[in-house]
Amino acid sequence: MIQISQLTKHFGDVQALGGVSFEAASGRITGLLGPNGAGKSTCLRILSSVLRPDSGSARIGGVDVVADPLAARRIFGVLPHGAGLYPHLTARENIAYYGQLHGMKRGALAARLADLIERLNLGAIVDRKCQGFSQGERTKVALARALVHEPEYLLLDEPTTGLDVMAARELRAWLKELKARGNCILLSSHVMQDVAALADDLLIIAGGKLAASGTPESLAEAYPGRDLEEIFIEAVGLAQP
Amino acid sequence: MKLALVVCRKELLDNARDRRTLFSTLLFGPLFAPLLFAVLINVAVSRNLASLEEALEVPILGLEQAENLSSFLHARGIRPSADHGLQDLQDAAAAVRAGEQDLVIALDEDFAEHFVDDGLARVTLIYDQSNSRAGSRVQRARRALAAYSEQLGALRLLARGIHPGVVRPMTVDDYDVSTPAGRSTLLLGMLTYFLLLAMLMGGFYLAIDTTAGERERKSLEPLLATPISRASLLLGKMAATSLYMLLSLVLTLCAFTIALRFLPLDELGMSSSFGVLAALGAFVVLAPIAPFGAALMTLVASFTRSYKEAQTYLGLVILLPTLPLVFASLLNVTPSLPLMWVPSLSQHLLVTNLIRQEPVAIGMLSVSALSTLALAGLLGAVAIRLYKREALLG
Repeated sequence: MIQISQLTKHFGDVQALGGVSFEAASGRITGLLGPNGAGKSTCLRILSSVLRPDSGSARIGGVDVVADPLAARRIFGVLPHGAGLYPHLTARENIAYYGQLHGMKRGALAARLADLIERLNLGAIVDRKCQGFSQGERTKVALARALVHEPEYLLLDEPTTGLDVMAARELRAWLKELKARGNCILLSSHVMQDVAALADDLLIIAGGKLAASGTPESLAEAYPGRDLEEIFIEAVGLAQP
Repeated sequence: MKLALVVCRKELLDNARDRRTLFSTLLFGPLFAPLLFAVLINVAVSRNLASLEEALEVPILGLEQAENLSSFLHARGIRPSADHGLQDLQDAAAAVRAGEQDLVIALDEDFAEHFVDDGLARVTLIYDQSNSRAGSRVQRARRALAAYSEQLGALRLLARGIHPGVVRPMTVDDYDVSTPAGRSTLLLGMLTYFLLLAMLMGGFYLAIDTTAGERERKSLEPLLATPISRASLLLGKMAATSLYMLLSLVLTLCAFTIALRFLPLDELGMSSSFGVLAALGAFVVLAPIAPFGAALMTLVASFTRSYKEAQTYLGLVILLPTLPLVFASLLNVTPSLPLMWVPSLSQHLLVTNLIRQEPVAIGMLSVSALSTLALAGLLGAVAIRLYKREALLG
């Protein structure tokens, strides 16, 4: 379980988060929805222990990411916005580097690599340098890299941005497979269709605050007669004065 | 610590595939520096030799008045050039100013009269002091003219029954105690400069790539979300940068050791004493600069927000360690224990010692190494602190 409570964060004079609280359960995909600048990325960056909150707490699997970031980093994997691969390294080297940083032994790492290559269908590109990969290939490799240490928790920042239809479908299929294995997945997006197709739980944030939350069904009940996009616009509009 | 090794290995591999890094590590220092050095030395040699031995052709105005002077100058290799087309002093000054002539010698119109009568016969040397080519020629002409004047004066005194020593009570002699190895330090002093520059260039792109480059590629955030402490991360990166700097140093030293064998240093009255032993010594002396430079460059690159910005700042930073060298050569500093606390200056002085074939004091060497390493540690610690700040992510 991922728990965030009363999280605040300022960047200079700008308030990015103004007391956000939410939970993301294991074995489910939780979608973090919000307009640009709503605080989605800030939430994920605090959870991935890259940023420190001004106040409030963030826990992953019971581990406080602020107090014990190293322990938290062992149990989550991060798919950053834009992949962030090393262009001079091959896909295999990129993935193996993170495995080594997670302290994996040579044999275990080799076995895990073989497994990931097969499951994510990376065989054709795994020994090519990442320079010149398509966005879909980059996302695939970055996902494999995030999964290399078999994390229970997965944080994805706008994973489907820039993917074509086939690649986006593939990604959705893997995420569902991971969910079926009991992983806890938190992903941010501003694309309604992705979230509608994937998420079991929705969190709509705007202006650094939680505007609405619930399953798609419960949200449909709360906002009768509206589709997800209309619910989103209404929730965001309510949160912004 | 083990993770620092993982980072170091990755950066070594990653940058070995980067053309920019390879160029600055393998080509700039090892090839470019000795080449530039060889050209400099060859120019110096050819200029020196040319001005000493070659006949000097100079336009001489009014020489027809002084046949004896003409043959005296001829004997000293100074020949009047024909067809210079210069009429008077103004012409000559204009030609020199325009750079058409380096030097013109002009005898006054009434030279012959004064020469016999009262010793007010005037010879004017027209030259441009800011023209570096003219310097040695002017000196040569002046010396020849003075010698003629002196010789004639002595003869005139003798003709009147007076010993020339009466008007010349003193003789000034030159007694240069410099050894050939010592003389070579003037030129070889630049060697440290090239070695330092080659080292810094060797680590230049690594320092940028591992910091600003990582941020620009957006690979820094996921990296910071892996279970490696920022201290280990930075240590690994700085270690990789240091290793590239050392590699560049080794290659440059090899290149210099080979190149100096083929340079005509002895023709300049210098000995090229930069053998294998001196190269090994220079490596030991200069090695501590690697972690120092790596920490310094990593620290500065950490402040910058993009690859380009980092390049701009580091371009200035790599000049920093060369500043003490400039002062050293201007002030003619000799090695002393307090100076060993200054990085780059201490290494310069010690390498100069090696070139002079003088023993290097172990005490000085250890102070130099330890102070440079201590400063490297300090800079590294500051860089690590900086990486703990989240403003770094931009």
